[in-house]
Amino acid sequence: MTQSPGKKNDGKCELSLEVNGERKMVRVYPMERLLDVLRHEFNLTGTKEGCGEGECGSCSVLMDGALVNSCLVPVLQAEGAAILTIEGLAAHEPSCRMQQTFLECGGAQCGICTPGMIVAAVHLLDKHAQPTLEDIREGLSGNLCRCTGYMQIFEAVMEAARRGPSAKHIP
Amino acid sequence: MRSDPSDYQLVAPGSLHDAVSLLAAEPGAWLPIAGGTDVMVQYAAGKLTARKLLSIWNLPELRKIDILPDEIRIGAGCTYTDLREHEFVRRDLPLLASAARWTGGIANQNRGTIGGNIVNASPAADSLPALLVYDAELVLISARGERRLPYFGFHTGYKKTQLLPDELIRSVCLPRRFSTYVSYARKVGARNAQAISKVCIAALGLLSSGAADTPRIEDVRIALGSVAPIPFRLIETEKTIQGKMIDRGLLTLAKQIAGREIRPIDDIRSTARYRAAVAGNLIVEFLARLRATGEQAVEPGAIV
Amino acid sequence: MANDRIIGKPVPRKEGREKVTGQAQYVDDMVLPNMLHGATVRSQVPRGKIKKITFGPGIAWDEFVIVSAKDIPGANCIALIVEDQPCLASEFVNHPEEPILLLAHPDRHVLPKAVAAVSIEYEALPAIFTIDESEQRSEIIWGSDNTFKTYLVEKGNVDLVWEQAAFIVDGEYCTGAQEQLYIENNGMIAAFDPAHGITVWGSLQCPYYVHKALMKLCDLSEAKVRVVQMETGGAFGGKEEYPSMIAGHAALLAMKSGRPVKIIYDRMEDMVATTKRHPSRTRHRTALDKDGKILGGEIDFTIDGGAYATLSSVVLSRGTIHAGGPYYWPSIRIRAKAVATNAPPHGAFRGFGAPQSLFALERHMDRIAQTIGVSPVEIRRRNFLKTGQTTTTDQAVHEPIDLDTLLDRALELSGYAAKRERFVAQNETSTQKKGMGIATFLHGAGFTGSGERYLSSLVAVEGCAEGTVRVLVSSTEFGQGTKTVLSQIVAETLGLRYEDVAVAQPDTVEVPNSGPTVASRTVMVVGKIVQSAAQGIKQTLQAAGLLGDSYSPEEFRAACRNYVSTHGAFRSLARYEAPAGVFWDDAKYRGEAYAAFAWAVYIAEVSVDLTTYGVTVDEFVALQEVGKVLHPILAEGQITGGVAQAIGMTLYEKVIWQNGRMQNAQLTNYIMPTSADLPRIRVFFEELGNVHGAFGAKGIGELPMDGPAPAIVNAVVDALGIPFDSIPLLAEDVFEALTAQASPPGEPQLAGGRR
Repeated sequence: MTQSPGKKNDGKCELSLEVNGERKMVRVYPMERLLDVLRHEFNLTGTKEGCGEGECGSCSVLMDGALVNSCLVPVLQAEGAAILTIEGLAAHEPSCRMQQTFLECGGAQCGICTPGMIVAAVHLLDKHAQPTLEDIREGLSGNLCRCTGYMQIFEAVMEAARRGPSAKHIP
Repeated sequence: MRSDPSDYQLVAPGSLHDAVSLLAAEPGAWLPIAGGTDVMVQYAAGKLTARKLLSIWNLPELRKIDILPDEIRIGAGCTYTDLREHEFVRRDLPLLASAARWTGGIANQNRGTIGGNIVNASPAADSLPALLVYDAELVLISARGERRLPYFGFHTGYKKTQLLPDELIRSVCLPRRFSTYVSYARKVGARNAQAISKVCIAALGLLSSGAADTPRIEDVRIALGSVAPIPFRLIETEKTIQGKMIDRGLLTLAKQIAGREIRPIDDIRSTARYRAAVAGNLIVEFLARLRATGEQAVEPGAIV
Repeated sequence: MANDRIIGKPVPRKEGREKVTGQAQYVDDMVLPNMLHGATVRSQVPRGKIKKITFGPGIAWDEFVIVSAKDIPGANCIALIVEDQPCLASEFVNHPEEPILLLAHPDRHVLPKAVAAVSIEYEALPAIFTIDESEQRSEIIWGSDNTFKTYLVEKGNVDLVWEQAAFIVDGEYCTGAQEQLYIENNGMIAAFDPAHGITVWGSLQCPYYVHKALMKLCDLSEAKVRVVQMETGGAFGGKEEYPSMIAGHAALLAMKSGRPVKIIYDRMEDMVATTKRHPSRTRHRTALDKDGKILGGEIDFTIDGGAYATLSSVVLSRGTIHAGGPYYWPSIRIRAKAVATNAPPHGAFRGFGAPQSLFALERHMDRIAQTIGVSPVEIRRRNFLKTGQTTTTDQAVHEPIDLDTLLDRALELSGYAAKRERFVAQNETSTQKKGMGIATFLHGAGFTGSGERYLSSLVAVEGCAEGTVRVLVSSTEFGQGTKTVLSQIVAETLGLRYEDVAVAQPDTVEVPNSGPTVASRTVMVVGKIVQSAAQGIKQTLQAAGLLGDSYSPEEFRAACRNYVSTHGAFRSLARYEAPAGVFWDDAKYRGEAYAAFAWAVYIAEVSVDLTTYGVTVDEFVALQEVGKVLHPILAEGQITGGVAQAIGMTLYEKVIWQNGRMQNAQLTNYIMPTSADLPRIRVFFEELGNVHGAFGAKGIGELPMDGPAPAIVNAVVDALGIPFDSIPLLAEDVFEALTAQASPPGEPQLAGGRR
């Protein structure tokens, strides 16, 4: 990874990121949070800010296939990485199993934790195609939900696992 | 978000060589940032005093694990996920693998690094007691070369280390001679996941062979987090119980000596009295479980 | 058309697809052209007089819009009940983090530094921080005696019971503050133009509360204030009254600058500055006969309201009315008061006073049981309300509720008897002490007493050009299923497909005032009015000869399309009608407090780990009678979510105060349960119907908050044999209590390697 300073010496740099399968160029300060770049530069407002401390997981995205809290990633560190957000899950498989089971099982109430929760759940199924309840509890322990008490989220994940492999997404 | 990104510089040299060159050119001016799970929290809170940051995230030289006959060399840029998923770390260094599983949630494990954890030097850090009982050594690198030193003593005070301003941790070296030891680790936090420890313990024990009904300690190593300004190896307690039979009297004695050795405080998370009591209980639990293993062979990677 | 074609079925959440795809629009997702960002300069002292404000160096102040109390066009207050709370402090501050100035700038990143550069000098005044200090009245910080409100409930002649009592049992119980912790922080966008007035978009529960507050603050007529609710990421009462404050702030900045202004709090600001659950202290003195039947009692119920009145009188009211629980009290005296302290005002939080008074009561019932030597099960059986008996406020129980049988069912579902037997044996030698605890309780839905009459809620249902219908209410969706259930109600009432019904986004320019989305009233009360309005649509079409007595959904749609093409979109309005036979005496605080009570038995199974002193809930049974379950998945979700929030309140969530300010205002240090912390929460319903609720439903949103705390603490007491009377109950508290005991629970043992 190298920094490419912009022509104007204002401290911004030109970065290339792959977001939801598309190559995007953006001119930003290297210490902009990936969360803010997604929301403000790319208008991908599905990823949310709940705490800014990496505790609530509302800002969860996949970076090169790994679940990360985008509020803790300076955008420079995402250069060259493949980022997948909740919009990417929706766009690449309209019947994304996880989104479907969340709908059916009551996994989403107010919906603010839902994008991060679904990204984390998809990540979990990537690693454990048939997770136990313990695996699910652990896999989602970085995503806080205040509405559901998690029970129906567990059901949604179990049901998605039962229905087959997780949604195809850009690795 | 209480900081202004335009106030900060962040550079990402592509190699370890370029990183240490920059640190040498301006020692103390650049704050290294790896996975950002500590630095970015301070940044968002408006509390990051450094203005120039040097990204060492994902440098290939730092993010590898070498298996040598006598030691496992873990690059400082390895994440907790790297550690908990690595076959040899799980088998030969179960205390470190379990600490990695207990640090934060999955997302923070994917970004937090062992080097970052050491340099951040929180006395509550989950992995650091394991490094103490494993007699870890650190390889530090700068433009001037490398030096290797014991991890024990690396922390000189609360959030202070022996790291010089132009240095990075290159690797953490852990000997592979504890596979016959009984391993015990436990973290006590405010909840089961994503919690800063109130007390945490990593311990290794070896019973001397011989009469099974009077198990005697051949070697014991105990380290705790959150009971002192630094991650803490209980040298006095170890010395006192070394070579002795594990009976009820020894458990009480161990608790007593540990209670005098540790220096827990009251803080926003817990109280000194609670920490002292739980630390004592954990040590007793460890010794009781050590005793119970008796003559059984130790299963690789197991925590009692 | 038979009922239960759509009612009772797990239809998909109306706005679910948007939520799971990340398309749902919350306030921070919205951007307006030319928009500024706003921030708030807040008091750093708990009480004082503002002497001097200095705008420090290093900031380009001319780039900022700055608003102070002087800029307020109307009255400097947040209109709610008592008009004591300023929108911006001008001369005095009465709590830490009280808003003083507002700043706006196009670049949101420069605001934190600007806020930090404003220095304010105060002349400090003595501040008070606890109920005890407030009661002592050595410092008066509000009114003449620090008291926002008092209530007195009297039934029978309680002064006579003490002499006849075989037992008199005393107890004091305390609950702490709790942060609502909606995952979406408070946020608002405001825009102003002289022709149309103020429009605000935000995260909120009660559009008309904000509307009323802005009219007064900005000195604008009804038509010149417009409030639009955006998708709201959790509320729990925390967005009942507070949004009026942040909307006021955004509006003032918008008015002064002539540009739209967005204010979004970060987590730390939201936690330190906004409302929390009222801390409480309850004292019980109860007289019982030799069989453990209650003869009478005195209850002293006090809540800490923080620095301003806000909703404390109403929280106090609900807590007072629930203080006697589901038991028969031949006589009682309840003295209740809400007092002032120099903390940010406490406010609405799910349960709204009832979790506090019911915690005390249900702990007290176990204390009574222990004192007189009967089981927690038996003491309750002997005192349950029966059909025909009256509550503490003299409300007769008309419905055939059988609490004994409900308790039986919960005991069976939880395996209570067998488990207790096993635990008593295991506890002798194990380092994990296990226990079971019970809470039996009730929760009244809808506004208290004459409240619903006073609200006089109005709803509309509209026939649309496509042949579909739209529900127009100010009742908001914030996860509990408002849109889904109101659509079900209309679809069922009119014989339509679920897809044929939509619920309009609450926008005061368009929707009538169906009252605030609080008090577990939306399905039961508003739903019933919506039913009437829906029938009006059908009647209109039938009267026009376009629809027969029975018809298919397609025929309805055709008729509606037909009518609209001739007459334009048409609306049917309906207003709340107070049910006959529901009377409440505000002066004597007596009568029918609520149109309906839901009843519940909750049972907790806990382990206490003597190595760490940590309490874990291993399993939880939540059994409740709710009238009718309109949507099984939504109803179950309300219970599991409420139980989880209450487990947080009991074992994890502690607000650490220092001089009136929350010290642990970060998610790292304010601990709510994760997916790894909660037990299996098993939910069961019974249905007795409810003539006052849509399709027989009773309100259930807040009920699950009342039971878990006492059930869990009763279980801990069962496990350890020592009393605990205060929540939150943390491991450190368990440790201190065990240590204070005369004989500690055992020395280190070795047999078998584990105790």
